[in-house]
Amino acid sequence: MTGATLTQSGGHHALRFFLLRTLQFIAVLATTLLGLVAVTFFIGRIVPIDPVIAIVGDRAPPHVYARVRQELGLDLPMIQQFWIYLKKAISGDFGNSVLTTNPVMTDIINVFPATLELATLGTIIGCLVGIPLGVLAAVKRGSLVDQFVRVLGLVGYSVPIFWLGLMALLLFYAKLGWVEGPGRLDVTYSYMYTPVTGIVLIDTLMQGQMDAFWNAVSHIILPTCLLGYFSLAYISRMTRSFMLNELAQEYVIAARVKGLSEIKVIWRHALRNAAVPLVTVIALSYAHLLEGSVLTETIFAWPGLGQYITNSLQNADMNAVLGGTLVIGTAFVILNLLSDLLYRLLDPRTR
Amino acid sequence: MTTKPLLEVEDLRVRFHLRTGTVEAVRGVSFTLGRERLGIVGESGSGKSQTGRAILGLTPPPGEVIAKKLTFDGIDLLTASKRTLRTLRGGRISMVMQDPKYSLNPVMTIGEQIIEAYQAHTRSGRAEARDKALAMLEAVKMRDPARVFSLYPHEVSGGMGQRAMIAMMLVTDPDLLIADEPTSALDVTVSMEILRILDELVAERGMGLIFISHDLKLVSSFCDRVLVMYAGRVVEELEAKNLREAKHPYTQGLMRCLPTLANDVRPLPTLSRDPAWAQ
Repeated sequence: MTGATLTQSGGHHALRFFLLRTLQFIAVLATTLLGLVAVTFFIGRIVPIDPVIAIVGDRAPPHVYARVRQELGLDLPMIQQFWIYLKKAISGDFGNSVLTTNPVMTDIINVFPATLELATLGTIIGCLVGIPLGVLAAVKRGSLVDQFVRVLGLVGYSVPIFWLGLMALLLFYAKLGWVEGPGRLDVTYSYMYTPVTGIVLIDTLMQGQMDAFWNAVSHIILPTCLLGYFSLAYISRMTRSFMLNELAQEYVIAARVKGLSEIKVIWRHALRNAAVPLVTVIALSYAHLLEGSVLTETIFAWPGLGQYITNSLQNADMNAVLGGTLVIGTAFVILNLLSDLLYRLLDPRTR
Repeated sequence: MTTKPLLEVEDLRVRFHLRTGTVEAVRGVSFTLGRERLGIVGESGSGKSQTGRAILGLTPPPGEVIAKKLTFDGIDLLTASKRTLRTLRGGRISMVMQDPKYSLNPVMTIGEQIIEAYQAHTRSGRAEARDKALAMLEAVKMRDPARVFSLYPHEVSGGMGQRAMIAMMLVTDPDLLIADEPTSALDVTVSMEILRILDELVAERGMGLIFISHDLKLVSSFCDRVLVMYAGRVVEELEAKNLREAKHPYTQGLMRCLPTLANDVRPLPTLSRDPAWAQ
């Protein structure tokens, strides 16, 4: 009887908690995005670039200039412009890009998967290589492995990514011919599949176009390894310092007293504790790759979000910049939520 | 009981080679231990904990352990392979540490940690290990073993945590238990309870016990024999009941510092150290 009521109230409690969390998430997302739109919008209006000239050119007669200005709504007070933009944005209309003339939404749906593909693979490589390297460096502190990881991290921090990208292209594409060059896919394969998710690797694989798939793999390997390297430089350093901290804890000695093998002591006891702060580090590094692989995308002619935003900025295409910024902002909030959830999963003290 | 001693330690030295020079934390400790209770007392830094760690082969790097003799049940601990040492650790020699808040892994349930200790030394299935862990939790007088089994260390009190620690370290039925200040992090009433449980289990299983503490009174009431350590050396070894007949000025000094109920001594004498003791 009491047991039954207990579970019932427990279930009720969990439901309420879940609802509360969802509401909280929506509130955070809404506030973040609103702030982001406001800042980007007003900066976009204040900067001394004239979107009208960007459209009509600097030799257009004054009446044409005035008409376009009115069409764009730029003659209205700024607050009113903002209000109009917000109303449209809520219904999913972010305006048209001046550069591509497409709706910004359509453009982003086209470019975002390319960046997502690159950043996700880069982060996976960063974790798969960076975490074990960091653990090894911490366990064998001061050894050759530790020095190697230190140098690897230092190079990762300090060498410009565009230089490393160019060198990689020069060596593996131009000289050795091991991989395909810039771009996502050779033109020959471009029409062999229909884009569904927009992620070429998944689309080609799902549709059984193995030739196209391997071509895409060959294209993505260099840029993804490059991003993976930068991500692993960071992740391995952080893993090392978190692990050093955990290895000095008493429970590690207790685990050794129990007669556990060193492998279990390190990977099961210490790393499981180090994984908690590591989640945040990985999420941040992932978000960073999502927003900021502009240079990599430029060098590898990768039609991604970074390149799109940069091009738009250079052409005073503020609608596109705003749309792109919002996507990145949303990605940040979602990654934050995910790392929050993972945190709860990994650390019972935060439940 | 047995004539052959469980543990023989002769001229044990623990050295740390640091950048600033070599520090000798333990400087020639010798003793033998049967299935009895040996207390090691001394102030912080006297080398008592490092003695315990050296027996377990867990001297932290860059430490070095040297001894004329360091054997457990005839096994030379200095030359034994890592594998042998690992089967001894947790299997036949165990250690209860000071503060359960730090010595239990915060992200594993208590049950999981006990099971792990058991399975490291027996070929047993999950169900058997679980039963054993629950029985052990009951043996340390947990009121609701099944519930404690699935709790995380931060969800239990200090006293319960220390009982869980004892359960974890005794689940494999070791022959020797090293208790390194097992009650220092607990308040007085709880620590009496822990000592009672420890006392019962050690007696029941006929284990040897090394009880490390800075509390002379506690050690003398709990153990058969007491080693008094000072600056890495044993300055005095005596039967616990003969504590009053201590000859070394350090032990005598320690005894004098204790307040008594009968006569009110004001101010309480403090210990004045003689550099010659450390020689």
